Amino acid sequence: MEVFVVSLLNGLVYGMLLFMLASGLTLILSMMGVLNFAHASAYMLGAYFAYTISLYVGFWPALIVAPVLCGLVGAAIEMWGLRRVHRHGHIAELLFTFGVALIIEKAVQMTWGLLPVPYRVPELLDFPLFRIYGTQFPAYRAFMLLISALMFGAIWLGLTRTRVGLVIQAALTHPDMASALGHNVPRIFTLVFAAGTALAGLAGVIGGNYQVTEPAMAFTMGPIVFVVVVFGGLGSLTGCFIASILMGLIQTFAVVFDVSLADLLAKFGITVTASTPFAEILTVTLPRIGALLPFLMMVLILVFRPRGLMGTRDT
Amino acid sequence: MSLLRRNWLWLLALVVLLAFPFLFYDWAKGRHSGFALTLMSEIGVMAIFALSFNMLMGQAGLLSFGHAVLFGLGAYCAAHVVNLVKAGTIWLPTELVPLAGGLGGLFFGFVLGWLATKQRATAFAMITMGLGELVSAAALMFMGFFGGEGGITIDRVMDTSLLGVRYTSPWQVYCLVLAWAFIAAALMRLQTQTPLGRMANAARDNFERAQFVGYDPRRIRWIQFTLAGFFAGIGGGLYVLIYEIVTFDTVSAAKSANALLAVYIGGTGAFFGPILGTIVVVLLQSGVSLLSNAWLLYVGVLFIVMVMYAPIGLVGLIGLHAPIWRAGRLRELLLPYLRALPPALMVLLGFVLLVELTSFTTIGAAQGKHFAIAGRTIDTTSPLPWGIALVALGLGALWLRREARAFRLRWDALMEDAKRQAGAS
Repeated sequence: MEVFVVSLLNGLVYGMLLFMLASGLTLILSMMGVLNFAHASAYMLGAYFAYTISLYVGFWPALIVAPVLCGLVGAAIEMWGLRRVHRHGHIAELLFTFGVALIIEKAVQMTWGLLPVPYRVPELLDFPLFRIYGTQFPAYRAFMLLISALMFGAIWLGLTRTRVGLVIQAALTHPDMASALGHNVPRIFTLVFAAGTALAGLAGVIGGNYQVTEPAMAFTMGPIVFVVVVFGGLGSLTGCFIASILMGLIQTFAVVFDVSLADLLAKFGITVTASTPFAEILTVTLPRIGALLPFLMMVLILVFRPRGLMGTRDT
Repeated sequence: MSLLRRNWLWLLALVVLLAFPFLFYDWAKGRHSGFALTLMSEIGVMAIFALSFNMLMGQAGLLSFGHAVLFGLGAYCAAHVVNLVKAGTIWLPTELVPLAGGLGGLFFGFVLGWLATKQRATAFAMITMGLGELVSAAALMFMGFFGGEGGITIDRVMDTSLLGVRYTSPWQVYCLVLAWAFIAAALMRLQTQTPLGRMANAARDNFERAQFVGYDPRRIRWIQFTLAGFFAGIGGGLYVLIYEIVTFDTVSAAKSANALLAVYIGGTGAFFGPILGTIVVVLLQSGVSLLSNAWLLYVGVLFIVMVMYAPIGLVGLIGLHAPIWRAGRLRELLLPYLRALPPALMVLLGFVLLVELTSFTTIGAAQGKHFAIAGRTIDTTSPLPWGIALVALGLGALWLRREARAFRLRWDALMEDAKRQAGAS
């Protein structure tokens, strides 16, 4: 029980962090069909910007400034890069963002070095908030939950209550029609791209000190965010939300349960020894394949249900 | 005789490639340069890999982010086969080890292709990415087949050669690589002429219409994927013979990305594009990485520039000159090119200087290296080199823009003339 509650909370924190990244990507992918490889790079940039800013003026200004900087970077990439390659088709756009991700990673390595930087939780929040069954729950995780919940509310209000939000919703499912009705879809897209990268940057600011701020963080986080987007389905923020939370829970729970297929078989009276066929696969424990599960899910869902959990059309 | 006339380019390439290592031959000691031979063998292997990648990307329009999986799995298969031969369980001549790798690649191409080719375009790219992540994670997890982090090591001296060669020297291995590279390239070239190759093009350009004509685009993709796996596996088999070790980074995403960068920089449209791209990327990788930490950044920037300004690749850019060449007026482009050269060099110089200054202040300093040009150490903290770099970059860019405009005018005029000439004759 104790393990269950703690893992549930941790999974929720991680899931909300994923959602902050994935929501922007879902909007970008659904509206323009661009699979943005550089999205997780914005996450990394957010963390690094926040680290540098917090060295000079502290964490709280960084919480605002770093996402804004990321948003500006995103807008620049969209206006001067992506729009130019748009006429060469989706594959060219994908390749472009892939190249951008590569360059950002190298640029980060060159600016901040190859080793992780000591980006730490602000002192104000560096205390255990409460204890469950003897395990401390840091206040910073609660703060992360709060920020992501606020952000979730803001997105939801923005999309349903504002005029721009309605146009975005229209462009999400019927981009051509929205454009034919006279809405400036390219400008909306720049806006969404910038907002999406800013959100990713915000995720980086609050996630960078929760995890490790290092040059490889974009390439470890990127594929997982793709998995969430594909799993949730194109054109559905609700699907994306469910997928994020699910993925967060799966990843945290997988680490906790130290079981393997062999243990399962043992319940049915079959013992696995070294000479059993596929013994290696059967004896691998769940924590070890935990990192694999998302990719397995992505491949399976793309093959058998390409529209994802709640998607409106195929990926 | 007509066969010879049509394929003179291949023969010429073979002769040049056989002769090339002798440029680095150490006549005093009477032996080849190991570095040059390994580098050229690497180019040979990567060229096969890139060509097989282009079977998907260029021919069938399928962008794969996990092509190294087929390369690496082929390499692992070949390594196990070599070890079995050494143990005396089976018999196989050394020359045919790459074929074993190829068959391994074929098998995994067939199995994984069943999953991946169910979709096309972006979904295909994501499935292959997922498969790539799965296999590279599995490579660290399952000791039996992949050997964990240490990988699988082999000894290529097997004494089972058909030609009585023991493959103890890099030169002998290089010859084997060259032979297989030519066989594989020729086969892949022939494959583009087959009905399957043509239908892959059709399914790339308009899969609905291909379907309408009565072909199953999914089956086309699947067969194409399987064959690409075969050729990637041959590359993997050669890789094992060169390095005598295969580790998990042969299946990694970085390896897949290398093929993608090489193919796109060289050009997907022409058959020889990937080979040219491979040469550029491997030379940058091996040459620049000796001097600088930032080779991947240069490749990345080159890649972005190609995606943005020249999606036809280097070979495509060369091909653009064909009409002017046929009109016999290529000479008139010489002057505009020469005029654009100094500003282009200036931009390049400024950019490289800027990148190196940045890289040496962080990574270089951490590794205790010093930035030196012509033996003189440069202080990366003083403003002077930074100023020079920025000025060169800025001024060069402005100047290049001017020259580019003039070049464009000249080019358009020549193109117009060439077209009119071609129309008249």
